[in-house]
Amino acid sequence: MWRLIARNLLTRPVADPAPAPDPAALEALGKRVADSGRQRLGRSLAIRHVDAGSCNACELELHALSNPYHDLERFGLSFVASPRHADVLLVTGPVARNMRDALHATWVAVPEPRWVIAAGACAIDGGCFAGAPEVLGGADAVIPVDLTIPGCPPTPTALLAGLLALLAVER
Amino acid sequence: MTALECFLAPYPVASVPPVLARHLDDDGWQALRSALAVEAWDLTGLWHDGGDVLATLVDPGDGTLALVRHRPNPASGGWGSLGGLRPGAIRLERTVVDRGGPRPADATDRRPWLDHQAQPTLGYPFLPVEGEGLHQVPVGPVHAGIIEPGHFRFHAQGEAVVRLEARLGYVRKGTLEAMVGRAPGDAAVLAGRLSGDTTVAHSIAFARAVEAALGIAVPARAHWLRAVMLEVERLANHFGDCGAIANDAAFALLHMECGRARERIARTAAPLFGHRLMMDRVVPGGVAVDPDDRDIAALSALLPVLAEHLAAYRRTYRGLPSLLDRTLTTGRIAPALARCYAAGGVVGRASGQAIIPGQDARTRPGVPPYDMLPVVPVGRDAGDVDARVQVRLDEIEASLALIAAMIEHMPRGEVRVVLPDTSGEGLGWAEGFRGDCQWWVRLEHGKVAAVFGRDPSWFHWPLLEAAIDGNIIADFPLINKSINGSYSGVDL
Ligand code: SF4
Repeated sequence: MWRLIARNLLTRPVADPAPAPDPAALEALGKRVADSGRQRLGRSLAIRHVDAGSCNACELELHALSNPYHDLERFGLSFVASPRHADVLLVTGPVARNMRDALHATWVAVPEPRWVIAAGACAIDGGCFAGAPEVLGGADAVIPVDLTIPGCPPTPTALLAGLLALLAVER
Repeated sequence: MTALECFLAPYPVASVPPVLARHLDDDGWQALRSALAVEAWDLTGLWHDGGDVLATLVDPGDGTLALVRHRPNPASGGWGSLGGLRPGAIRLERTVVDRGGPRPADATDRRPWLDHQAQPTLGYPFLPVEGEGLHQVPVGPVHAGIIEPGHFRFHAQGEAVVRLEARLGYVRKGTLEAMVGRAPGDAAVLAGRLSGDTTVAHSIAFARAVEAALGIAVPARAHWLRAVMLEVERLANHFGDCGAIANDAAFALLHMECGRARERIARTAAPLFGHRLMMDRVVPGGVAVDPDDRDIAALSALLPVLAEHLAAYRRTYRGLPSLLDRTLTTGRIAPALARCYAAGGVVGRASGQAIIPGQDARTRPGVPPYDMLPVVPVGRDAGDVDARVQVRLDEIEASLALIAAMIEHMPRGEVRVVLPDTSGEGLGWAEGFRGDCQWWVRLEHGKVAAVFGRDPSWFHWPLLEAAIDGNIIADFPLINKSINGSYSGVDL
């Protein structure tokens, strides 16, 4: 253990430089903020993740956000355990019929002002599961979506660029 | 499996290694049930193809594979359940019913499993527990971390878990139904997403089933590239799991160490195969990428780096009594129970199953390129969280050596062939990081007519319920992570 700690103390962090906020997301978000009259969220965001029916690969890339290369928390972004503590609901996967109620209940439990991100092709419009018999569609089939992050799965860098757009958007 | 050979008419199903396939009439199915009561055959799959009930069996003595097909006869009361003989069949039989198939006449568990419309979890008759001072703890479907949804119902007495029962099915998408009618190449996109973390293994197993059904041979280089991807996927997930287990024992240092290793693997895979998780790289007919020597050299260069991460994990893990205190003797799965469920993969091998021939699908005869490489299954007998960590660490070491050997001996040439528009039925397997993924497919004129993918998690989830028995609720995340069943993989 001490060898590992010593190595970590004596070497530079491996963290990547911050990606630029996704310009497309910035533009879309700017509109949403103007239309809804919601306040921008400030410099720190608590994110609650809900898997609405994913294949579980999106979750792998969400996990990767916390590794030393992406180091999500240096941006003031963190995943929280309860929707009550969250500013952002991040949805992955198509909405499975059996998850509809749980997704809706989780969204209701997030206090306002709240933002919803649909991450990954499936959460955007059902992706490759669109039309599958037990799938209702993208997250917007059940709750309003503010921001989409494409990819199958979205890379951690794409996820970061989308999340940073949420921090950067000006009223 | 000589007794099975005399059960009626053979019918053609292709696979490597070959499978003994039989049609069973009512008497034949009854004979099978009688045989299962006395023989040691494992049940490794059970599904319904719209007309018939199909089941795969393995003889644990010599690894012989068999597929039986039985047309339920309403006149004689339907079909007889295998659940009382092989407990691993119970949820598969409930799934047959939920997917619109006939119910076994003498099924003991008649509750819907995947079908939440017929029976929501609210009001679901969980198995009862009797005794003093019991309380229930419902958990899920939405859990506190970044994980898939599922419901766990604990009955506890103080801190100790008396019974755990899971209700899954939340991420049911109808994946198999959505594959029907598609060309194999399009269906493969969904097969590779039955459980996305083990996408390479499911893609290989599905591709091999299709190729067997169509009777086509894949170029040698494709087999080798598939195997490299399969081992890279194993490395990534084993590192991920070992890190997550340490994290669930509140030891973040090893979690971050493994996070580094995992990210390095993804970053090497991205330019090499064109996708961080290698999704859609294995296709029926071969592989969709042919990396050049320079890209492959980057993988060679990664191997010693990963060996360093492995050594750091081992050194740290061994030297931490506070961590070992959490993993040793925790969440024990007795070898006899693992046997009873024919548990595949790490879960089985950590509970004494490594000695079963073919338990590791890479060791089955004639499977290229593993038939040319030294694959020695590693195992432990303790069956606790520590044993599952140790098996994963040993498998990381073995995979590093395998990848080095594959790179050295990789043949050159074509990597893909065109599929004919013909018909046939085939079975395929691949040993993913969780265990053996099995796919069966029937093709008609180049389109999928019926299909079934069986993730190894089917036989791991029930063992989780046994592993927690007598442990404290606080150890559940640790035990669950050490087994790491796939939700999407079984929610179909
Ligand atoms: S977007 Fe892709 S990776 Fe994410 S859940 Fe859908 S299929 Fe899986």
